[in-house]
Amino acid sequence: MQLHAEVAKGALEDATLEKGDVNGYFTANVPEYEPGLSPLIMADYLGLEPSYADTTDFGGSSYISHVGHAASAIRDGRCDVALITLAGRPRSHGQATGSGARDLRTVQDSFERIYGATNVSMYGMAAQRHMHEYGTTSEQLAEIRAAASHHAQYNEHAMYQEPVTVEDVVESRIVADPLHLLDCCVISDGGGALVVVSEDVRSNLRRDCIEVLGFGESIGHHDAGRIDLTKTAADRSGSRAFTEAGVGPEDIDYASIYDSFTITVLEAIEDLGFCEKGAGGSFVEGGTLRAPDGDLPFNTDGGGLCSNHPANRGGMTKVIEAVRQLREEANPEVQVDADIALAHGTGGSIGTRHGAATVVLGGEDR
Amino acid sequence: MSWDPRPAPDVTPETERYWTAAAEGTLLVRECQDCGLVYHYPRSLCPDCFSERVEWREASGRGEVYSFSTARTMSGWPEDDLPLVLAYVELEEGPRLMTNIDADPSAVEIGAQVVVEFRDVDNAEIAVPVFVLEDG
Repeated sequence: MQLHAEVAKGALEDATLEKGDVNGYFTANVPEYEPGLSPLIMADYLGLEPSYADTTDFGGSSYISHVGHAASAIRDGRCDVALITLAGRPRSHGQATGSGARDLRTVQDSFERIYGATNVSMYGMAAQRHMHEYGTTSEQLAEIRAAASHHAQYNEHAMYQEPVTVEDVVESRIVADPLHLLDCCVISDGGGALVVVSEDVRSNLRRDCIEVLGFGESIGHHDAGRIDLTKTAADRSGSRAFTEAGVGPEDIDYASIYDSFTITVLEAIEDLGFCEKGAGGSFVEGGTLRAPDGDLPFNTDGGGLCSNHPANRGGMTKVIEAVRQLREEANPEVQVDADIALAHGTGGSIGTRHGAATVVLGGEDR
Repeated sequence: MSWDPRPAPDVTPETERYWTAAAEGTLLVRECQDCGLVYHYPRSLCPDCFSERVEWREASGRGEVYSFSTARTMSGWPEDDLPLVLAYVELEEGPRLMTNIDADPSAVEIGAQVVVEFRDVDNAEIAVPVFVLEDG
C-alpha cells in the first residue's frame, strides 16, 4: 500500500496538483489484498474522499480502462481531478505468475485449472494456433522481444537492460510450447499512477498535458465454446478508440502495446489494424517496432518483456510511456517524433477470457 | 510425486450432472432447445439466447485438437506429471473444450483426432474427462 501512496504523490507532484484536489479515484483489485474491496482499502489508506470511484478490473489492462472511464466521469461532471493508482510486489512474494496452477474460485476454474491451465500454456495455445493458421514463426515472435530489449538498453530502470537477439530468444528454454522463457514478460514489483483532469483544471496547470482523444474497451471470452485463439477483442476496443479520436492506425506515431507475452503483442497489432489479420509475423520483421526509425515504434521503455510488469499488470506503464513520448520525455535514444500515440492493453488471458482497452492520446502541439 | 488422484472440480448444482455422467463414462454437452446452440462449459441458461430450455446431450466423445501447449515447468503441479499437454479439443458436436491430452507430447498436433477418457478423482461419484490420441 505504501507503493500506491508513493506513486500517487509522485503523479500529483508531476501534475502540479495536491492531494486535496483529488475527487475521483480509480484502481483495480490488488491480488495481494484479497478479498478485494480495493477502493475502500485504498481510499482509507490514502486518505481520499472521492465523489466518484471506479474499480473496473480487466486484469492488467484495467488502468487503460480507468483512463477512459475517468475521461467519461469528468465529462459527466462527477469529478475533475481523477487519480489512478496501481502497485504490487509479486516478485518479493515469490508468486509464480505465469506458471502456477492456482486455486479454484470460479465456475470456469473447474473446467480449466483442474487441467493445469497456466498463463504461459494458455498464451502458448494461442501462439500455436496462430502459427498453424498463418505460418507465424518463433523467430517472428522473438523479434518482438529483441525490439523491446533494444529499447530497454537505454532505460536505466529496466530489469533486463542487455539487448537480446532473435537467436537468444529461440534458444532460451521452452516454458510452454511454443513459448520460450524470453517470450514471457518479467515478474516485478512496482507501481504507477496517472492523473486525468478536466479542461478547466488543465488550463491552470504548470505542466504539458496530454489529451485523451479516444477510448474503447471490450471483453473477449470462450463465446460458449467458439473461442478463436488467434484474435483478441482489440478489434472492437481499437475501432471504438480510433472512431472517437477521428484517426486511424496509420496516424499513430508511437504505440504502447501490452506485452505479457510476445504473442500478445502480435495479435494486438493485427486486431488494432496495423496490418492484415495473420500478417503480424512479417509486419514485425525488419525493425518495424524499433525506435526511433521503425514504422511503428513500440514500448520504448522496454515494456513488460524487459523493463517492468508491476503487480503483474502492465496497463499502467503502457500509458505512462505513451505520455512520456508525447511530452518528449522518453529516453533520448528512443524518443520518437510523436503527435499521436496509442496505448493498448490485453488483460486476463486470450486463452480463456480477456479485457481489451485502447486509448488514443494527443500531444500538446498536435 | 504425482497427481494420484488428479485435481478435482468444484461440483455445483449447475454442473453436477456433467461430472457424475463422466464417472459413468459419458461426456455431456448442453443444447438449447430454443436456438439450437450446443455449448460448453455447462450453464443453466443458454449463453446465446438466455433460454432456460436447455437439455443435456450425450457427446460422441470424439473430436480434434484445436490447439495445444506442452508445459515443461509449472509451480504447484507435480514434477512426475510433467510435461503436461494442455489443449482445446473441438468436439464433433461443435464446442471447443479445454482439457489435457494424455499422450507423448511429440505426437500431439493440431488437427489430430482424439477420443475422450475419464480419470478418477478422490470423489468416486465424479470423474474428469481427458483425451487421448485416437490412433495412439
